[in-house]
Amino acid sequence: MYRSHVLVCAGTGCTSSGSDKVIECFKTEIEKAGLQDEVAVVSTGCHGLCAQGPIVVVYPEGVSYSLVKAADVPEIVSEHLVKGRVVNRLLYVEDDGESAKALKDTDFYRLQTRIALRNCGVINPESIDEYIGTGGYEALGKVLTEMTPDDVIQVILASGLRGRGGAGFPTGMKWKFASGNRGNTKKFVCCNADEGDPGAFMDRSVLEGDPHVVLEAMAIAGYAIGSDQGYIYVRAEYPIAVERLKIAIKQAHEYGLLGKNIFNTGFDFDIELRLGAGAFVCGEETALMTSIMGKRGEPWPRPPFPAVRGLFQKPTILNNVETWANVPRIILNGAEWFSAIGTEKSKGTKVFAVNGKINNTGLVEVPMGTTLRTIIEDIGGGIPNGKKFKAAQTGGPSGGCIPAEHLDIHIDYDNLISIGSMMGSGGLIVMDEDTCMVDIAKFFLEFTVDESCGKCTPCRIGTKRVYEMLDRITKGQGSLEELDKMEELCHYIKENALCGLGQTAPNPVLSTLRYFRDEYLAHVVDKKCPAGVCKALLSYKIDAEKCRGCTLCARNCPAGAIIGAAKEVHKIDQLKCIKCGACMDGCRFGAIYKE
Amino acid sequence: MKSLAELKAIRDRMQNQMNLREDDNEKRIRVVVGMATCGIASGARPVLNKLAELVQTENLSNVVVTQTGCIGLCQYEPIVEVFEPGKEKTTYVLMNPEKAEEVFEQHLVRGNVLKKYTLSSTNL
Repeated sequence: MYRSHVLVCAGTGCTSSGSDKVIECFKTEIEKAGLQDEVAVVSTGCHGLCAQGPIVVVYPEGVSYSLVKAADVPEIVSEHLVKGRVVNRLLYVEDDGESAKALKDTDFYRLQTRIALRNCGVINPESIDEYIGTGGYEALGKVLTEMTPDDVIQVILASGLRGRGGAGFPTGMKWKFASGNRGNTKKFVCCNADEGDPGAFMDRSVLEGDPHVVLEAMAIAGYAIGSDQGYIYVRAEYPIAVERLKIAIKQAHEYGLLGKNIFNTGFDFDIELRLGAGAFVCGEETALMTSIMGKRGEPWPRPPFPAVRGLFQKPTILNNVETWANVPRIILNGAEWFSAIGTEKSKGTKVFAVNGKINNTGLVEVPMGTTLRTIIEDIGGGIPNGKKFKAAQTGGPSGGCIPAEHLDIHIDYDNLISIGSMMGSGGLIVMDEDTCMVDIAKFFLEFTVDESCGKCTPCRIGTKRVYEMLDRITKGQGSLEELDKMEELCHYIKENALCGLGQTAPNPVLSTLRYFRDEYLAHVVDKKCPAGVCKALLSYKIDAEKCRGCTLCARNCPAGAIIGAAKEVHKIDQLKCIKCGACMDGCRFGAIYKE
Repeated sequence: MKSLAELKAIRDRMQNQMNLREDDNEKRIRVVVGMATCGIASGARPVLNKLAELVQTENLSNVVVTQTGCIGLCQYEPIVEVFEPGKEKTTYVLMNPEKAEEVFEQHLVRGNVLKKYTLSSTNL
């Protein structure tokens, strides 16, 4: 029996900022103070505020400490745990300059609605008892003892839940398509945990913070469609998630919540892990299933859809981690509860991994229909260094950018598509005025060129050609004809590629062309990069008025490109300059500028 | 595990623990134990642990037991303050684990203030 719980985030973000050491230190310090029977140290999943990690929350007070280092731990133990005095200097401080005590009182959490992430940062993901303590596996018990498989599908249909992995297909429909012929044929339930978008990490956080929710949801789906076997396809680059899934599966087996004759109802269900090697294309459903079957991850043409003929040629349903994380709650709270949240056609909440040029990098879960402005300015804490918002990329390399003029758009599946982006899995990359949109398009194309599996020509060769054209544009070698040709090729790839990867690969180019054509024109016609990013198009210059001739830049220059004697105005030799910016970063008088 | 009853048993056992991590403290009764040097020296720790244990074993999910620093009445430590939403706070003085158990039974469970242990019972 503990009087106090110390929760330390052990998600990937906080672990890389040293939370494992913090946990160790808490254990030894608490023992030193003789409190080991009074205070429990609990490793949890992600709290979402990764930029402020490692995060430590002390209950029952609910006091949250941020940026905690191992060296801070003795003070927290002796002050807070022994004497009950909050260590003010470690409290998370919000923008208004006041110390906010409980995390739930901060704007970051106040504006969120947590369904998929509800246990993340609250329970110990390696304890099935804690999951059960928050109502875990009750939904599975309910469907097995009180509901028919068709009832279950009906509830999911009525809830309006749509796939959180990208395309937004209604989850209940998928289950319904796969539900025929129950008991007469082998079927499979798969979990897509092959999160590959640059900058997206919500699936990882759910797996790390609440792995049992995925197991429970998959068993529910197994019951609904008549399947006894599930596979979780998770990338090997998520070692903490893989480890916690293994522990969760083992514990569920020990409790008889997976395996044979669950709850004595005659229902059997088992789950196996399959580790992906990190190919982006394996996030596409048919390629993922090919990979589970032990073959090289390449997509196959649809139809037949997986619900008809999927894994091992059998009917299969495949849902994304976040989708699964919603299912048990919907079963317990009812379809009406879920469909009351969100917008007309997009129900529930969506988790976004907010990163890029934003203060509160991290995970946020908001009701569908929340405006982009709320996410970026209120929850995300705005852009650092007082810079101006330029655009946000949703959907990663498959999505598009949303410019400032659409900041007030209510985010849901259909609204995003109408402005040329997509929901995607929830990566949200924020860009400020220093970002060159052509360069961003090039970055995403470079990624898809790398990740194209090579099976179909439009994707394999088409994306490569688009990349080359973008490369020429950023070097000032593009022409207006080529710009038109590139746009035409983009449309061609969209229409002809075999799978989702190729069909969406041109989106970053098309959406930047749609909203930032002037930037493309500046590169092509004026041979200038307005954001000052594309190196080939800019040159560093020294302002003769401001230069004091201190020689610092000349000494910093790795290329020996700066000439000038002490106390005389310096000059940059443009032929030698490699445009690294070292001179500008070091100049104390702000005398160096780029144009 | 073969029945829902077994699942429920685990849930009930764990729920007492999980209640501790409830963020919604405004509607709950707060029991605050003075845990500064003076409190600790006069035996506040066993009092705190007794109260925390009783709240969890008896599953009083509307009560949260926390600690605070010195409130300036060192000669009356260990001090336990009970804050009920919408009511005046009650200050119990010169506590020990046995008295704390009485306070728990009478005040926290039944809602009767134990006048004989309060600060107003002293001739301060």
